[in-house]
Amino acid sequence: MELFKSDTNFDFMALRKVSLTLSAILCVIAAAIIFVRGLDYGLDFTGGTLVQVTYEKDADIAEVRKAVEDHGFAGAVVQSLGNTKEYAIRIKPHEGDADAAKATTDAAKPAEGEAAKPADAASKEADKLAGEVLKALKTARQDVTIHSSSFVGPQVGEELRSDGLVAVLFVILGIMAYLWFRFELRFAIAAVASEIHDTLLTVGIFALTGREFDLPALAAVLSVVGYSINDKVVVFDRVREIFRSSRKGEPYEILNRSINSTMSRTIMTGLTTSLAVGTLYFVGGPALQNFGLIMLIGIFVGTLSSIFFANPVLLWLGVSKQDLMPVTREDPELARRP
Amino acid sequence: MNEFPRWKYALVVLALLVGFIYALPNLYPKQRAVQVSANRGATVDVALKEKVQGILESKKVAFTSIDLTNDRLLVRLADPNQQIAAGDNLRSELGNNYTVALNLASTVPSWLAAIHANGMPFGLDLQGGVHFLMEVDHASVIEKQEAHYVDEVKNIAREKGIRGISANRGAQGVVITARSEADREKISAEISRSFGSEVVLTNGATTGDAFGLNLRISPAKLDEVAKNTISQNMSTLRNRIGDLGEPVIQQQGNSRIVVELPGVQDTAAAKRLLGATASLEYRAVDEAGNALDVANGATPPADAKLYKLRESGAPILLKKKVIASGDDLVGATAILDSQSGTPGVSVRLSSRGGDRMLEFTMQNVGKPMAVVYTERIPEVSIVDGKEVKSSRVKEEVISVANIRGVFSSQFQTTGLDSMQEANDLARLLNAGSLAAPVDIVEERVIGASLGEDNIRKGLVAVLIAVGLVVVFVGLYYKMFGLIADVGLLLNLVLLVAILSICQATLTLPGIAGIVLTLGMAIDANVLICERIREELRNGSSPMAAISGGYNKAWATILDANVTHLLAALGLMAFGSGPIRGFAITLFIGIITSMFTSVTVTHVLVGLIFGGRRLKSLSV
Repeated sequence: MELFKSDTNFDFMALRKVSLTLSAILCVIAAAIIFVRGLDYGLDFTGGTLVQVTYEKDADIAEVRKAVEDHGFAGAVVQSLGNTKEYAIRIKPHEGDADAAKATTDAAKPAEGEAAKPADAASKEADKLAGEVLKALKTARQDVTIHSSSFVGPQVGEELRSDGLVAVLFVILGIMAYLWFRFELRFAIAAVASEIHDTLLTVGIFALTGREFDLPALAAVLSVVGYSINDKVVVFDRVREIFRSSRKGEPYEILNRSINSTMSRTIMTGLTTSLAVGTLYFVGGPALQNFGLIMLIGIFVGTLSSIFFANPVLLWLGVSKQDLMPVTREDPELARRP
Repeated sequence: MNEFPRWKYALVVLALLVGFIYALPNLYPKQRAVQVSANRGATVDVALKEKVQGILESKKVAFTSIDLTNDRLLVRLADPNQQIAAGDNLRSELGNNYTVALNLASTVPSWLAAIHANGMPFGLDLQGGVHFLMEVDHASVIEKQEAHYVDEVKNIAREKGIRGISANRGAQGVVITARSEADREKISAEISRSFGSEVVLTNGATTGDAFGLNLRISPAKLDEVAKNTISQNMSTLRNRIGDLGEPVIQQQGNSRIVVELPGVQDTAAAKRLLGATASLEYRAVDEAGNALDVANGATPPADAKLYKLRESGAPILLKKKVIASGDDLVGATAILDSQSGTPGVSVRLSSRGGDRMLEFTMQNVGKPMAVVYTERIPEVSIVDGKEVKSSRVKEEVISVANIRGVFSSQFQTTGLDSMQEANDLARLLNAGSLAAPVDIVEERVIGASLGEDNIRKGLVAVLIAVGLVVVFVGLYYKMFGLIADVGLLLNLVLLVAILSICQATLTLPGIAGIVLTLGMAIDANVLICERIREELRNGSSPMAAISGGYNKAWATILDANVTHLLAALGLMAFGSGPIRGFAITLFIGIITSMFTSVTVTHVLVGLIFGGRRLKSLSV
């Protein structure tokens, strides 16, 4: 069985002006969406309040969710604690509260000796919120009691967020160094450019869905980086190979041939990986849904950019046959000996 | 062309065999259990086993078995409700001498356990439990350090005969005042000589005959203190909650500690243990009285009190007067004594403690001195419907040593049996001087049933993912696809085996990592198969196509996987918590997939096609 004819020779590079322009526009739009609209950071990042409630008689999760949302707690996460009587409700701080909580933590920073105070204030805040949640739930059902309420610190999120950023930077620099060493600087630049392109678009599309960006989502974004670099490296490898083996070495022609001859692998791997992460999205349960969705978007974007973005950038940067020839040895006499 | 030397086949077979054996324990489900372990002073023995059995039978709690191993009783139960009932009943009947914890017990057969083949421990998200994020109170650490410098400065002034020096803690470190410019320079020089770069000295304001000198702890020293504080607190916590199953204690940032107790459902009990405070005292041994007699009921001498040794439980009489306490202890480190060559512990006391130690040792050379470890565990009980807070005190003697000579603030306890013992003692000493109070800033309880749901969904996801990929690849590449499928399944086995050997905690993101690895692992085979097709198209003979396909694909596979490994490494190095778990799975998965999808499949191809004359290939 073959999905693609082996002798396909589509002139992808002819589209390069269109595809690069389109990519650039999409990147700008994605960046705008991310910065203007922002990501809906999950509790892991923002901090908030966790309230556990117990019903005397069985309660339906949809019923609980409705009761909470009807009273102004939009975006509250309701989870069953294993039965139909106990639920955990996670509430993000209100817009105003978020700023207030931030202000208290900021104020606490210079005076470390008073670090305990914001925690106290926060736990009071949690109690207050818990009271409001109880009131909201009581309007729907009377047989509900608060089991416990606790405060999830937002500063934890700050730290994790910066850790994630450092991780991404490290990964990008490491990949660049490796590609520079194994290929050539232009390949490294093209790879990192497509990396940034893929990440921006993936996160941008995810932001459009309005879903909560949580820790698994961050892990997924970082996996997208890994996946898409894999994809590009395979094509680049072919570029290097054909450059070295062909006599003429016309970059335009060679890049086209590389894309065409790796095309069926590119699509195949994209399909198998999508099958795998697709199951996470569809059957992995709510906890893995975001991970699956971001990976699916990322694989789609990454596959397209391997074809329409990475190689045009490479051509634009002016890659040539000389750049890729194995370094000739110091003494040509020595090399000629058997 | 596609045949391999025997040893290569043997190696592959061996690797897979080991993989299968070490992956096997994960098939045995964990069983609900209640674990009973003794606090110091109590013993777990056959009598207790019978007592527990009696309690459970009288309360009509059905259990499957009670095992006595490693000084612990493990009561296995069939379902969660029985587990909770058993836990509640045992806790109230056995009292404070025993720690009763709800837990999950392994059902792995003993022959597997004997070769250290154990299933992966499940993370909080999979089995439920409690999660605490604790913050170390650095302010109090600084306070304690500054108090130490105040003492030391006064000490130096006295030793060097610089009169009229006063030292106090101020808002900005330690404020020292001298009576003259010359005195200030003198004391400043002496302090620099004693502490070097530990402190930063700046001249302060001068008013009348008060010449100010400010002492601040240098950033490097503060950093070091912060690090020590965290590690001390972590070992203290580890010491305390070791009884509660398989706790995870991790440092996060430089002032936070994450404590996770998978399988533990009782937050109150966990909090009690975490909130306990410990202290330490040096006391003289009372040699006049007979400890055994006192232990058997005789009245102790007026100035002595009966204690028990931590290790043996043997009674010992100690003087009531304290020579030095944990507040005086600045630090303890395990050392290898250069003179005797035996392991020991080097202890540093504050100057105040050192003075008292000097005074005591001058009069008591050759006599034994003991270290008493006291732990105060807060407890909350309900009396007449009201919460009553009280605390339980646990006291024990952790070390007794003879005084060899006169010493003050710096001394060593030598002649310990092993470096392990020295490390343990140093850890206990440090733990006793619990570096700083910790506050719980975040607390989460995750229900066990929620975990079960996660496991089920995660497992289903893995199975469906594997199934889909296997079918798809088999259809697309026919024979070679099937070979790739075998490689993929073996990859799953190997991945699980290595994760189990490392005892990596399996979490939900970890499952995501496994699924992602499986999806991408097939990439190497896709590359190989596509290459073989290309070679065939270019007119190579089948055998040459296979070997050419593997050879040419290898460079690509290597480049692609190394870059992917870099990504996983980045996540591992900088991620924390769940992200780390994901990265570790990904990292191991990339390595195992390189082995199974290249080496193992090639060996399989060799076995199937080797020595045959092929006209065509099914790819």
